[in-house]
Amino acid sequence: MPTKIEKDAFSGRDTTGHEWDGLKELNNPLPSWWFWTFVATVVWSIGFCIVYPSVPGISGYFGGIWGYSTRDAVTADVAALAAQRAQVLDKIKDVPIEKVRQDPTLMAVANTAGRIAFANNCQPCHGAGGEGRPGYPVLASDRWIWGGKLADLQQTITFGIRSGHAEARQSQMLRFGVDGVLKPEEIASAADYVMTLYGKAQPSPAAAKGQAIFAENCVACHGDSGEGKREVGGPSLKGAVHLYGDTREAVIAQITNPRMGVMPNWNARLDAATIKALALYVHALGGGEN
Amino acid sequence: MSEPSLYKDRVRVYPRAVRGPARTFKWVVLAFCLTLYYALPWVRWTRGPGQPSQAVLLDIGHERFYFFDLEFWPQDIYYLTGALILGAVSLFLVTSLVGRAWCAYACPQTVWTDLFMLIERIVQGDRNERMRRDQGKTTLDKVWRKVVTHVAWLGIAFWTGGAWIMYYADAPTVTRDFWQGNAASQAYIFTFLFTASTYVLAGWAREQVCTYMCPWPRFQASMLDEHSLIVTYEGWRGEPRGHGKRTPEVVRKLGDCIDCRACVNVCPTGIDIRDGIQLECINCGLCIDACNEIMVKTGQPKWLVRWDTLAHQQARAAGKHDPFHLLRPRTLIYVTALVIGFVIMGVAMANRAQIDIAVQHDRAPLFVTVRDGSLRNGYTVKISNKTHEATDFAIGLKGLDGAAMAVAEEGEGRMPVLTLTVEPDSVGTYRVLVFGRPTKLIDGAQDLIFSARNTRSGETTSYTSVFMGPGARASR
Repeated sequence: MPTKIEKDAFSGRDTTGHEWDGLKELNNPLPSWWFWTFVATVVWSIGFCIVYPSVPGISGYFGGIWGYSTRDAVTADVAALAAQRAQVLDKIKDVPIEKVRQDPTLMAVANTAGRIAFANNCQPCHGAGGEGRPGYPVLASDRWIWGGKLADLQQTITFGIRSGHAEARQSQMLRFGVDGVLKPEEIASAADYVMTLYGKAQPSPAAAKGQAIFAENCVACHGDSGEGKREVGGPSLKGAVHLYGDTREAVIAQITNPRMGVMPNWNARLDAATIKALALYVHALGGGEN
Repeated sequence: MSEPSLYKDRVRVYPRAVRGPARTFKWVVLAFCLTLYYALPWVRWTRGPGQPSQAVLLDIGHERFYFFDLEFWPQDIYYLTGALILGAVSLFLVTSLVGRAWCAYACPQTVWTDLFMLIERIVQGDRNERMRRDQGKTTLDKVWRKVVTHVAWLGIAFWTGGAWIMYYADAPTVTRDFWQGNAASQAYIFTFLFTASTYVLAGWAREQVCTYMCPWPRFQASMLDEHSLIVTYEGWRGEPRGHGKRTPEVVRKLGDCIDCRACVNVCPTGIDIRDGIQLECINCGLCIDACNEIMVKTGQPKWLVRWDTLAHQQARAAGKHDPFHLLRPRTLIYVTALVIGFVIMGVAMANRAQIDIAVQHDRAPLFVTVRDGSLRNGYTVKISNKTHEATDFAIGLKGLDGAAMAVAEEGEGRMPVLTLTVEPDSVGTYRVLVFGRPTKLIDGAQDLIFSARNTRSGETTSYTSVFMGPGARASR
């Protein structure tokens, strides 16, 4: 309790009247500008609490008389961004994809939109530059399972592969080993033959035996000489690029218990113009067919 | 508060008008510099269709600098470096030979200050009248003269600021846009900035800029030596100074200086040259004109204050003769540096390429295997066409056996040589795919040289990039 306010002889200031073991406290009040600024902020905060969301309740909160919400602000921003992008994308929306490709101005739009859409949607599986990963097809090379023409790419991106969509790219390889269609030694021979198709193995008696097995089981989808059949989604077995690896173990594993990748139907998430831009962008990654 | 202030009180300088060779020379240089500055943006130059018609134009928006027949691209920035070095060495050489000629006549601070002083003198009268009026009461006469002076100053300052922006945009266009309110915001900002700085620096700050703001007077002493030409006072002849008609009795007691302070009164920086060489002295020589006027009137020999060297003065004080020493190690070094600089710049300018190629290897993917087993690398190729015609460039490869190329957007088709078209005066950007079977990979990479040939002129250039294969690392 303040006892006695007195004047300090040395500094000429009043004391607060507090005293501890002979030590007295000088009264040095806050500068008035500081004090009034503080008061002003308190006054300001009252107004703030009235117009903006502030007081929490049991099952909600007082939303403020301006009804502001950060969630609404984000939604509006996202919608505005979509509208802004639409202005650009509208330019290619109704133009046939081949026409877009021949027009440098439209192609610049498609490249920009495609690059962004690719980074946002495709990159996790296909890599930043379309280089692919083991099990995920490379898009920058010239090897295509379902076709590398613009229309093929547009179709694949729109409906996906084994996506469950009615128009999805659909193909299925028999589980030759797991389901007991072929014996393990037959599978090994078939693998020896398949490896000769892309020059990784030399013709041998085992490969010759495998050729017979191949002719009986594989040509329906992979073609008479393993050149592939795009219309049924049978990948080419020739060439240097292999989705699931080109070693003997990889080929045996694929015949025994095939892996079959899935790509979603992007029409569920992207609009047609963005998909068109994506097809053009992927086509220009380096492997596009004419 | 008894500590002495670290700052000297400003003593206002009221320079008196003076006539003479130094003053005439100063007017001529002033007129030349101002004409050059204000008129140069209006000089037209024919460059051909689609090209700006302004002789000197720093087109920042399009990244071009035009100087009469020369056109510089941002890559040519080292010519600016060269020009700055040559400018600095020239300044050193001139200073070591004839003192602060730059400060005295050509420096913008000197030129505009002199111009502003001229206006002040026309409106408010000469030194004595100005001093009397400034110390007197505020009268209508004083007010209107001050107002007219400052309005005139602001007008010149505005003209100066306006001329500045004309170096950065087509002068007639930017002038029209400026008055119609359509010019870029930078035009208004920089006009305001240079109007304000001209008004403040030439109207108010004046000699304070030279004495306190400018670094040059602080270190120009290191270019001067006892053989450099400076403004000197012949103390051995003038001292002891004193008033009085120079009768034979007076001459026995006093020197030639009659202590009239004419040299002090005309000095634009307000110093007394009789105190010797000083930091504030810009070597303009107006005190020489002033003293000569007086010496003629008193019937004494002229040139008591004169351009001279310290060594010369010492010799003359001792009654000896000392020739000028123009060739000194210092000046020879500066001359050598200048000659070398000019030769390098001249050769570089004469051999300036009209073509440039830059190649950037794709970072993702580093390489791709294609069906036939060969590798493919992607590159962004930029070809600079500095000519004023659309040109076909033949792009070739060296260092990779069986290499073939394709333009990414064009799809299939591989060719050993690509022909790419680049628009006039611009940079063409192409994504080029290179196919090959590298045999000399070290750490997954080997050199690949791109060459570009202008198919019309035959001019060639090349760029060494890299071809990557298995084992490549993104960090190289």
